[in-house]
Amino acid sequence: MSAVNLIAVFAENQLGQMARITRVLADAGVNIRWVTIATNDELGVIKFLVDKCDVAYRSLQGKGWTASLVEVLAIEVEDKPGGLHAVADCLARNKINVENSSGFVSNNRAVLLIEVQDIAQARQILAKQTLRLLSQEEILTL
Amino acid sequence: MLYWDQKAETINRAELEALQLKRLQSTLRRVVRNVPFYQKKLAEGGVTPRHIQSLADARRLPFTTNADLRETYPAGLLAVPREDALRLHTSSGTTGKPKALFFSRKDVNNAAELIARCLVMTGVTRHDVLQNMMTYGLFTGALVMHYGAEKVGCLVIPAGPGNSEKQVLLMQDFRTTVIHVTPSYALYLADFLEKKGVDPRRDLALRKAFVGAEAHTEETRRKIEQALGVDVYNSYGLSEMNGPGVAFECEHKCGMHLWEDNYLLEIVDPKTGEPLPDGQTGEMVLTTLCREAMPLLRYRTRDITSIIPEPCACGRTHRRLSRITGRADDMLIVRGVNIYPQQIERVLMALPGVGRNYQIVLEGLDEMTVNVELAEAGFDGHVEHLTRLQAEVADRLRAEILTKPRVHLVPPGTLPVSEGKAKRVIDNRSL
Repeated sequence: MSAVNLIAVFAENQLGQMARITRVLADAGVNIRWVTIATNDELGVIKFLVDKCDVAYRSLQGKGWTASLVEVLAIEVEDKPGGLHAVADCLARNKINVENSSGFVSNNRAVLLIEVQDIAQARQILAKQTLRLLSQEEILTL
Repeated sequence: MLYWDQKAETINRAELEALQLKRLQSTLRRVVRNVPFYQKKLAEGGVTPRHIQSLADARRLPFTTNADLRETYPAGLLAVPREDALRLHTSSGTTGKPKALFFSRKDVNNAAELIARCLVMTGVTRHDVLQNMMTYGLFTGALVMHYGAEKVGCLVIPAGPGNSEKQVLLMQDFRTTVIHVTPSYALYLADFLEKKGVDPRRDLALRKAFVGAEAHTEETRRKIEQALGVDVYNSYGLSEMNGPGVAFECEHKCGMHLWEDNYLLEIVDPKTGEPLPDGQTGEMVLTTLCREAMPLLRYRTRDITSIIPEPCACGRTHRRLSRITGRADDMLIVRGVNIYPQQIERVLMALPGVGRNYQIVLEGLDEMTVNVELAEAGFDGHVEHLTRLQAEVADRLRAEILTKPRVHLVPPGTLPVSEGKAKRVIDNRSL
């Protein structure tokens, strides 16, 4: 519980790649709630939070895309000055090394998604804090 | 132990050498009589057939090169009346005119005999079903193998390359046991089967793969063996010498026996043309000893290899070639460094995160990019891991080829797949 799956797609860093991927998701009736792109000079990984993860994965694979599920932690952040700092500070104090993070605000609720090496351990540590972790269902109904 | 032609395959060295000399002399007399190109060439070198009294004298004969074959195109090297030639193949090469290769009835039969020896030495029998995935047509690869396999009595499926869906169907429905295939297509097929959920060990009857037409590495052999669950035998041939069946591995898979009763084998220094002793690496030079329609003297194959002189456990007396390390023509010079594409392949195929297809692109003023497919199961959604693999590939390549190429990691299945010979190198340099 309280882990969130993103769907990650390996895309070459070239024009129109994003559109080709979103076309597949649109055709499969998948709703994208949020997206982030990580690139280096040569290649990119596009990560989506979607309502139907399995459908998205299957339809992308079926169209020849290289896709994978990525587990992240979704932490609720207070939507006010210092809100993100409180979370970052907590992660630092507990020596949780964040590999990737991104955030968004929806209906006045702010969410920070983090990728860490050892997700089980991070979850355990964060559970002892006052931070609130959101489940897949919760994050989709924000 | 099984032989197709035990007498010829296990002939003792002294008899073999006497036979070679006799056949060389007869070949010389015929070309001097029938081929103006060779009349002229021998006269220029002041050599007559009488000068060739031992095999060691063969070094006095002139070389025949790739360029000679193109210049004498279409029929300048034909040594029999046109109506005695019954098959034409061509070898396209990469530039300019093709090379035309003629076969007489005896040549067609001889080529098939040599293939039969090759197949039987790996354990193929008339109970086998051989699916031939080489290109049928002007290319020698498919037809020569086809005739040889029929001679052994296999059921031959002339599938040709490509159309993987159909290949799998044929392999399943007719319980194919042997495939004849290029290494690049074998790797592609392995990926294709994986995608289709076909487990070759469980769902197919494949036992052997004859892999040829492209130089490839030991690492690639292992990758194919592992992916398809077969024994892979290295097959060497070139169209100028009949195509496949010139040299082939026996059941011991340690070097390829070259049929010395049909070809006189020399290794020479590629720069000076001077013969090198057994065991030293150089360019292979072959003289046809039995060919009627189009004999070739001391043909510079451009293939780099060495002779393994030690006797083989299989009992065959024909010496073995070590794995071809490259075609002299394939050598790239990038920023002043000599590089064989096989060096790059060896590095890539030994890295577990790397998939089965790659491409070398040269651009601009000597910029080298290696496009590498990620392994099918190699994606975990993290860009950092891809970046790390990319850096590792680049470092390993630098250690091997002494120059650091740009490495471009791409998703599995995105690089172009060749159906005939793989085109691994794309040279767009504006030098």
